[in-house]
Amino acid sequence: MSDVHVRSRGGFVENTLEGLHSAMERALYAETAASRTGLLQQLDPRVKVAGLFALILAAALSTKLWLIAALLVATVAMALVSAIPLRIIAARAWLGAFIFSGMIATPALFLTPGTALYGLPITLQGVRTAGFLVLRAEAAATLMLALVYTTPWMHVLKALRIFRVPVIFVVILGMTCRYILLLLQTAHEMFESRKSRTVNSISAADQRRMAIAGSGVLLGKTLHLSDEVYLAMQARGFRGEVCLLDDFRMRTADWCALGIFAVAAAAAIWAGR
Amino acid sequence: MLFDLDRLTYRYEGVPAVDNLSLRIPEGSRVALLGANGSGKSTLLRLLGGLIFAQSGEILFRGEELSEVHLTDDSWAFPFRRSVGMVFQNPDVQLFNPTVFDEVAFGPLQMRWPKGQVRDAVGEILNQLRIGHLKDRVPHRLSGGEKKRVALASVLVLDPAVLLLDEPTAALDPRSQSEVIDLLVEWGGGAKSVITATHDLGDLEDIADHCFVLDSGQLVAEGRPQEILANTELLERTNLIHAHRHGHGSGRLHSHAHVHKDGA
Repeated sequence: MSDVHVRSRGGFVENTLEGLHSAMERALYAETAASRTGLLQQLDPRVKVAGLFALILAAALSTKLWLIAALLVATVAMALVSAIPLRIIAARAWLGAFIFSGMIATPALFLTPGTALYGLPITLQGVRTAGFLVLRAEAAATLMLALVYTTPWMHVLKALRIFRVPVIFVVILGMTCRYILLLLQTAHEMFESRKSRTVNSISAADQRRMAIAGSGVLLGKTLHLSDEVYLAMQARGFRGEVCLLDDFRMRTADWCALGIFAVAAAAAIWAGR
Repeated sequence: MLFDLDRLTYRYEGVPAVDNLSLRIPEGSRVALLGANGSGKSTLLRLLGGLIFAQSGEILFRGEELSEVHLTDDSWAFPFRRSVGMVFQNPDVQLFNPTVFDEVAFGPLQMRWPKGQVRDAVGEILNQLRIGHLKDRVPHRLSGGEKKRVALASVLVLDPAVLLLDEPTAALDPRSQSEVIDLLVEWGGGAKSVITATHDLGDLEDIADHCFVLDSGQLVAEGRPQEILANTELLERTNLIHAHRHGHGSGRLHSHAHVHKDGA
């Protein structure tokens, strides 16, 4: 036997388990980050919900690229002083927003009529249109990340109810969050169980078959568990309202922050006309 | 009468889980719903807890119909949820808050208790169940026994008059099983109603004064625990006991039905 151990690339099951574990850790990271000391963490959740949504609205309404870029830079600065590292912002907001909005925006590069760019089959107007879509998505995703990484999830839900967001919407949001965690936990257990019964290497075709069969079972199991969670909530008197021990209390700093958000959003909307 | 069930039928996708069931449960009684897996006891607990509703028949709770319509009315629903607590078989479904303290506080907050009273009640029940040291932990990262205790605390904190328990000692180690049983026996000083769904006959005499035996969603027998335990033919027919081969030192093997005591 060779003394040299070559670290082989993990198989399908191992890689999936590793991915699921990371996903669970990411889900829990948000709650941990919300309890850190930072600028946004110190603000009343209502101020953050109102202020950050107002900035999302400003980014959506703006017709000037530089303004959306300025909002994005300001949000990144806010996130950094709220103890959210740049790599987290890049990995969890920018990458996803870029991939999804980029896929939607790509046809605009070729299909928008206008001046051809450096002899390429894309137009200047197409680049501008795609740039708007991608930049707006990036700004909105960063603002939302700043909200959920600096505010406990239940506080976000309670603040939404204070702003008269319908009960059904808030319940669906809350249950979705719980559903994702259950999905990850169940998938993790299923793959651990599969790993414990796997001895030989599995062919790529068999791995695909396993993945397809497993995903159906996983969805069914998670739906059942999710129903049970909802019944358990109802059994303890849950009627859709989010009730918390922590009282929201507006301090001078919160009023100041609310004023700054309002002025910034109004100025951005005015300048971006 | 606490619960009065009249010809109750509940079907899952056409398959009856509770089939034309009639029974009565008096106030202050400690009742066991006995049956093998799939006998309908968990479904019956959910019906008693007002979480699902029968396709036919009715349930009266303290003389009033327990129906979906009544439970949409806050003035009926809140007192009912305050009076009837349910502990699920799988504690994971009951733990959905970020910390143990928040988890236990969930019920009292839904009941709109004053916040000071919530904090006092949560602190008290955590100490009573000896899980005060877990109050800041994330519930779904606890051990099985700890999760069960937190699930129990999250219901007992409301001090309900009626406790519905679905396999309260399932998947617990022997020591945790014994502690949970002791807690339930002592809880409320005997003045509360406790309805336990179980197929574990080991602790039956400790947790119940009266038993209902279910099979395929139907009531097949009822009586005192001693009477039920003495009826070997009934227990074997309803898959609550089984026969297996074993020896007694002589080297010869034989088989007969038997009851597993103390989780053995």
